[in-house]
Formats: sequence, structure tokens, C-alpha cells
Amino acid sequence: MTTNPIDYKRVLDADGAPVAGETVPAIGRDLSLRMYRGMCETRMLDGKMLILQRQGRIGFVGTAIGLEAATIGSGAAFDAKDWIFPALREGGVAVYRGMPLLEYVGQMFLNIYDTSKGRQMNNHFQHAASNFVSWSSCIGTQLPHAVGAAHAARIKNENTVMCAYLGDGATSSPEFHSAMTMAAVWKAPVVFVCIDNGWAISVPSSRQSAAPSYGSKAEAYGMPGVDVDGNDILAVYRETLNMIRRARAGEGPGLVALKSYRMLGHSSSDDPTKYRDAQEVEMWRRRDPIERYRKYLLSLGWLDKISDEKIQKELESEIDAAVEANANAPRLALRALVEDVYSSVTPHLRAQHDELIRVLEQFGDPAAIEGRFPL
Amino acid sequence: MAKLTIISAVNDAIRTAMKHDPRVVVFGEDVGKKGGVFGATDKIQQEFGEARCFDTPLTEDGIVGAAIGMALNVLRPIAEIQFQDFIYPAFDQIVSELSKFRYRSGGQYTCPVVVRTPYGGGIRGGLYHSQSGEAFFCHIPGLQVVIPSTPYDTKGLLLSAVRGADPVIFMEPKRIYRDPSLAEEVPEEWYEVPIGKARIAREGSTISVICYGAMVPVCLQAAIEAEKRGISLEIVDLRTLLPLDEDAVLASARKTGRVIVVHEAPKYCGLGAEISALIAEEAVDSLEGPILRVAGFDTPFPNALENYYMPDARRVTDAVDRMMAF
Ligand SMILES: Cc1ncc(C[n+]2csc(CCOP(=O)(O)OP(=O)(O)O)c2C)c(N)n1
Ligand SMILES: [Mg+2]
Repeated sequence: MTTNPIDYKRVLDADGAPVAGETVPAIGRDLSLRMYRGMCETRMLDGKMLILQRQGRIGFVGTAIGLEAATIGSGAAFDAKDWIFPALREGGVAVYRGMPLLEYVGQMFLNIYDTSKGRQMNNHFQHAASNFVSWSSCIGTQLPHAVGAAHAARIKNENTVMCAYLGDGATSSPEFHSAMTMAAVWKAPVVFVCIDNGWAISVPSSRQSAAPSYGSKAEAYGMPGVDVDGNDILAVYRETLNMIRRARAGEGPGLVALKSYRMLGHSSSDDPTKYRDAQEVEMWRRRDPIERYRKYLLSLGWLDKISDEKIQKELESEIDAAVEANANAPRLALRALVEDVYSSVTPHLRAQHDELIRVLEQFGDPAAIEGRFPL
Repeated sequence: MAKLTIISAVNDAIRTAMKHDPRVVVFGEDVGKKGGVFGATDKIQQEFGEARCFDTPLTEDGIVGAAIGMALNVLRPIAEIQFQDFIYPAFDQIVSELSKFRYRSGGQYTCPVVVRTPYGGGIRGGLYHSQSGEAFFCHIPGLQVVIPSTPYDTKGLLLSAVRGADPVIFMEPKRIYRDPSLAEEVPEEWYEVPIGKARIAREGSTISVICYGAMVPVCLQAAIEAEKRGISLEIVDLRTLLPLDEDAVLASARKTGRVIVVHEAPKYCGLGAEISALIAEEAVDSLEGPILRVAGFDTPFPNALENYYMPDARRVTDAVDRMMAF
């Protein structure tokens, strides 16, 4: 990228004070606190999952630590009827929209509470009831899906807007190009939310693209793009909502690029010290999105020490209860091997399943699940 | 000589190739500073510099397409696709371009590209970090498809691939990348294991078990079980799937008269079908029983239940029992 300064939209300064001349979104106390709770819940879930991972109770965690303003701020701007096509780190948005913690944690344990039936890798959340669509690990594949779903909404005369999340890395995928092209040509009601967290595993976002900024990528496709301070939840919310309103009014798609930072490794199997500077991480630690928003809420008197502690305690006991319930959950039945390949289990697959059962009965079942995921 | 695992043999082969041939370049996602997500290119960038070992943006399509261009312009690219599951965005480049440049140009243009990619299950990666897609590539004339199962073969085959004149899809069995029980002495210098030649991993006389990659240790384990019961398994490690070493397969089939094919990929239209057909066409008069296949399920790859999906020694043993009961 060039060294020209990028105009990152901001509402709050580094200390959580409104920036002079910037419009603070008029969201009121309840929603403001709900978003705060969502950020804290996301962080606490990540922390608890990391502990479970270190204890060897779950296999893999890819956290959103440092990205809570970007995920929750954008996610909160969409309506319940809108659909979310997530990428790896938007699990907090699923919970914000109503995914039960029991299912969230179940997805990490890969047991009967996991609605994907233990098939997906960890951190691949879905919640159909709140229109949070199943994601595949294949980076970028969800983007044209969001465009198609948005176009369908137009054809059906529905007033729905689709949210397509992606990382900085995903902007290099062929699907990004296809999706941006089609969305703009069709004027599809879709908002692309690109979370530039500084890294695609070990590749810095500055080496992922030579465009002046991630937001600037929109222009050549014929849609508006905006670069936002992704650690400023109010700016994230405001700018995402602007794009959503345009899309809902039939004015077409937009790209919201959120500049933030992945505080931990790519996942629990990654050692980021191999490729990045501790000083850079330190610098971003001082820009913590939750701290910044907390200061803002404290300054308004919408939050105080006591109410904050209450929120943290509530979250902790809710998450602990979900972990507890999951720790004792039954394992998946072997049937899950052959279900959902087609609308019904074909005779061919039934025979393969029965054959396995026969072998297991004959030889006994060691069952111990071994092996760890490298990334 | 040093004792190497499969992953360190990959690293050693890349280093050897780069030392010997200045045209060799290595690139892919995270292959630079990080040294690859599995460590295959560990310290390669440090040793050979960023001009010869570099990270790419996240586009497999671009990686393979650019590798083709580099080969046209007489470099020797070794491109890494981080997981075989993510090779599909490059499918067009592989199927339409990589495999056909020589043919469509009447031999005027060629693509000696090596595409390295880890494949297979056993690491709790779920359906997109576990697949065995070798059969797709075996259906494409113009490609060579190689899957090693030992550190020695890994280095020798990778060096053959780098030196060769034609494109190679080099699939690495990631489940046994670091298996210490497979570690063995590997020469430090350049040596080659020929592409297109199978290896008898264990001699036997009762049943031929034809396998490759991560299934080889599984079949060897089944052979130990079988031996206790007086059944002698001959384990044929194909090493190259395309072009197939038909002579080795047929020789073993004729010798034992009984054949089991084992692979982790789904059974339907898998390599087992091709090998069974070959034997049925060429050696049916030597057979004493049906050709059996032990394979992955005809489903996507699971996560929690992956150990039930992948063939293990008990499923091979069960096939042995069925064969002997025939
Ligand atoms: C098509 C494809 N190629 C490679 C990968 C391996 N991979 C997983 S995540 C990732 C980096 C993604 O970076 P980004 O889009 O910025 O998302 P982030 O992880 O930073 O949230 C890579 C290369 C993949 N999952 N899919
Ligand atoms: Mg990123």
C-alpha cells in the first residue's frame, strides 16, 4: 500500500471521547449496552475456549480477540431479518443474534449440541434461526453466495440486506472479484464487511494488496467503499448502517473496510512470534476496542464499576454453564457419518454404515480420537 | 546421514533442489517467514532469500497460474497449496492449462511445475482440511500424481519431480508428516526415486495389499496382525498414481492371486476402481477371489468421527478375513 494517510472514519478517539464534528450514532442506552455486552461476551468466550484448548478438551480455536468492535459493531447494524454470511471470526455475532451458548460451545466440542453434527472444524458456527449461514473453511467462497441471496431477495421483493464478512486475505480470492463484480452490476442489496485484521496467517495485509486501502477496492467495481477505524465500535456501527440503508433503499452494494488487528496467532496452532514484531502487537494492545468503548460508556454514566462487574459475572456464569453442559454431553452417533449427504440416506450409504458397525462389533472399538489440528 | 521425518525430508529436498538448481523458486501462502503452516519450508527464505522463496496473496488460482508462467519462462517453480482441500480454486489452471500446455502447443511450450500439497485426514481438520482428492488429478492426462509414504521416498520423488520435464501434483500425507516411527536415514546429497515406479513395502505371498501415502503404515500394521495368523500380506506402495506402475501391480496380483486395494479417499471412482479394473483385465486368470476395496466412505470428510471414516488396521484385517473365507 502507499504511504498516503488513509481517511479512517472515527467517532471515538483513543480515550473513548467523541471526536469533534463526528456524528455519534443515536442508538441510546440499551443498544449501546447490548453491544458492549456482545463485545465482552465474544472476548470471554474466546478466553474460555482457549483454556479448554490448552486443556486438550477441544481441538482448535481461532479467536476474535482485538476484533470485537469490528465484529459486533458491524453485526449489530443488521436487522434480525437480514442474513449474515460469516467468515472465521464472527462467532460473536452469531451469539449476539441469538445463537444459544450451548450450541456455540457444542460446536467447539463437536458433540450432539453441534448443529453441524461434528463435521466442521471448530469455530465454524451457524445458526439458521437467526439467519447466520454455515461457513466453509474455503476462504472467499461465501461472497458470491451473499450476492446470490441478495439478488434473490430483490427478485422476491423482500426488503432484506445480506452481510458478507471477509478478511483481508479473502480480498485476494477469485470469489471476491466475482462477488464484487456481480453485486455491483446487479445492484444487489449486499454489504461486504472486510475485517482487515493486519494478517492472513503470516502474510501482513500490506502484502496482500497493493491498493491504497481495502476500502478503495470498491471504486473500480462501481460501488462505494469506506475505510473505518475498526477498533471504534461506534464508527463501525455508523458506517455499516450507512451502507445497509443504501442497500435497503435499492441503491446497491457497498464495502465497509474495518482496520483492526488480530491480537493472537491465526489460531491456537499458530506461533505469531515467528513472523511479527512484539512492538506492533503492543501498540495495538493500547488501542483495545473494549477499553475504548468502556471509557465512553463510563463517561456517559451508562456503565459504572458495579454494573460492569455484574455484566462480567453474568456472562461468566452463562458461559460456564454452557461448558459444563457440553462437558457431559453424549457423543455423536455413528449415523452422522452418512446422514445429510443427500436428503435421505441412500441404500449405498446405509450399506457402508452397516458394514462399519459390523466391523466395529467384530473388532471392538478403540474410539480414542487422536491428532491435533495444525492451523 | 540424518534421520528425517517426512516433513523434514520435504524441507531437505527443497533445500537440496535450491542449492543445485538456481532456477528453483518456492512460493505459496505462508511459506516465507512462517516456513509453511506445517513447516515444510522452514528457514528456506532465510537461507535463499526472498527472491527465491516468497509468500503469495491468498489465491490458489493465482499461485498455480503464475507457476505455469514461471515455468514457461524457464524457472523451476515449486508451488505450495497449503491444504489439498484448497487446490480447487486452481482446478481450472491445473486441468485446462498445466496439464495441456505441452499437448496444445505441439511440445513448443512445457510446464515443469511441482505443486506440493498436504492431503488426507487424521488431524481433526473437518471436511475442508482432510480431503484426499487424488482421483481428480489422476483423471487428467498430462499430469503426474505422486504420493510418498516414507522420508526417503519423499526426498527422492520430490527431486525427481523438480528435475522432470512434466508437471507433478505432489501430495504429501500430512497425518504421518511427523510420525517418529517412520523417521529414517536420508542422504544429504541429491538422489532421485523414479516417478512411475511402485515399491514393495513388505514382501508376502498370500494377499497383495495395494496402497499409498498415509495408508501404507496402516496396511503394514495389518500385515503384522495377519502374520500372527499365518497370513502373509504383500504390501505394494504405489508411490506414483499417475502414471501407474502397472507391471508392479500385475506382478504382485499374479504372485498372490488375491488383491485388496486400500485408500482413504471415497471408494466410488477412487483409485481402487482403476486398479481393480486393470487386474480384472490383465490378470483375472490368476485370481483366487474377488478384488476387495477398503476405502473412505462415499461422503464428505467428517470431523468428530474421522477415525471411523478413515480405513484402519481393523478394517483391512476384516477384508483379509473376508478374502480368506472366500
Ligand atoms: C481457499 C483457501 N486457501 C487457503 C486457506 C488457508 N487459510 C485459512 S485462513 C487463511 C488466512 C485468511 O486470512 P483473512 O482472510 O485475512 O482472515 P483472518 O484469518 O485474518 O480472519 C488461510 C490462508 C483457506 N482456508 N482457504
Ligand atoms: Mg486477516
